Amino acid sequence: MSETARAVQATAPVERRAAAIEAALEAQGWKAGEGIAEATRKVEEEWLPANGARLVAKAWCDPDFKRRLLADGRAAALELGFEFPRHHRHLVVLENTPAVHNVICCTLCSCTAFTIIGLPPDWYKDLEYRARVVRESRTVLKEMGLELPPEVEIRVWDTTADTRYVVLPMQPPGTIGWPEERLAGIVTRDSMIGVARL
Amino acid sequence: MDGIHDLGGRQGFGPVRHAPDAPAFHAAWEKRINALYGLAVRRGVFNMDEYRHAIERMEPRHYLSASYYERTLTSLATLCVEKGVVTREELERRAEGAFPLALPAAAGRTNLVTRPRLAVGDRVRVRDDHVPGHVRMPAYIRGKRGVVVGVSPAYPFPDAHAHGVAAEDERTCDVRFSSIELWPDAAEPAMVHAGVFESYLERDGSDGR
Repeated sequence: MSETARAVQATAPVERRAAAIEAALEAQGWKAGEGIAEATRKVEEEWLPANGARLVAKAWCDPDFKRRLLADGRAAALELGFEFPRHHRHLVVLENTPAVHNVICCTLCSCTAFTIIGLPPDWYKDLEYRARVVRESRTVLKEMGLELPPEVEIRVWDTTADTRYVVLPMQPPGTIGWPEERLAGIVTRDSMIGVARL
Repeated sequence: MDGIHDLGGRQGFGPVRHAPDAPAFHAAWEKRINALYGLAVRRGVFNMDEYRHAIERMEPRHYLSASYYERTLTSLATLCVEKGVVTREELERRAEGAFPLALPAAAGRTNLVTRPRLAVGDRVRVRDDHVPGHVRMPAYIRGKRGVVVGVSPAYPFPDAHAHGVAAEDERTCDVRFSSIELWPDAAEPAMVHAGVFESYLERDGSDGR
């Protein structure tokens, strides 16, 4: 198709374009179906926010583990058997305190520690969050249901390189003494992104 | 490149469309495309920097109107065509319509020879660089002053890695900026951090160092 013809021909619907590239790669001998099955299994069964929730709950219960987690998040996550893609060489764990609240984003695309907190939700990848959270973090958090006291310092972390970040939320006072498994059940993806407190 | 993807601090956007249990995928084709691009990376067809840059090279109106996984699809198809794996004609024949791809890349660049070797606590200034190819320096930090609060292991240098240019791996610094330094009198107070390659940085001489 010439550029002129392309300009006047309607763009194929996105589903047909997706099927076209898949079929073209199959025709090249790619085992697309196997790759898709494997990736779907990882997304649905392995790369879950429950992984990060276990890290958080263990940090709340075990001060030594928390020290290791804050010193080297990747090594601590590997201790529990979690995996990282090859390009995630560094995991920085950001501890929330009564005086400091951390929130993560990726203004350039959608980077996240997805093996630990799951694939990012759609709003994290949308233009609005990416544009606004670095410049008007307090308002954005408030709109998302998190109104922080004015004295709390907000720290925004923009994932512009291959270092990955995860927020260590504060443990709710009413849960002190709970067993680790029960604590893991209250840790949400949003709290590890930093747009919610528990 | 100063592309449309570089959104940090842009004004005029409305509320975040937030839902606590927001899904990562909305349609079956999105999962399939996400898997296919991962497969292409594992097969060595392209690397993550080439993948990101092909998204950035999308025509701006296309970028802004495309869903997240349409951007993934466009990057995958663009790189498969550019690398000679498939042809655009085949894609358009199979899709029975036009298949918009990203626009061609400009030249890449290698590391800065004089880049500083930085440590936590160092005061830095982001270089006033304008880069036509792939770069992971968001425009909102360009020329701004901050302090190093963390240092990473070495990574492939994106400005080179996205363009097949030889370069040394280099470390990134987590640099802390005040939002008030980034947008004087035009931002809410906060500390904003970015992961910044050493080639994008110089020591800040304003404190006498």
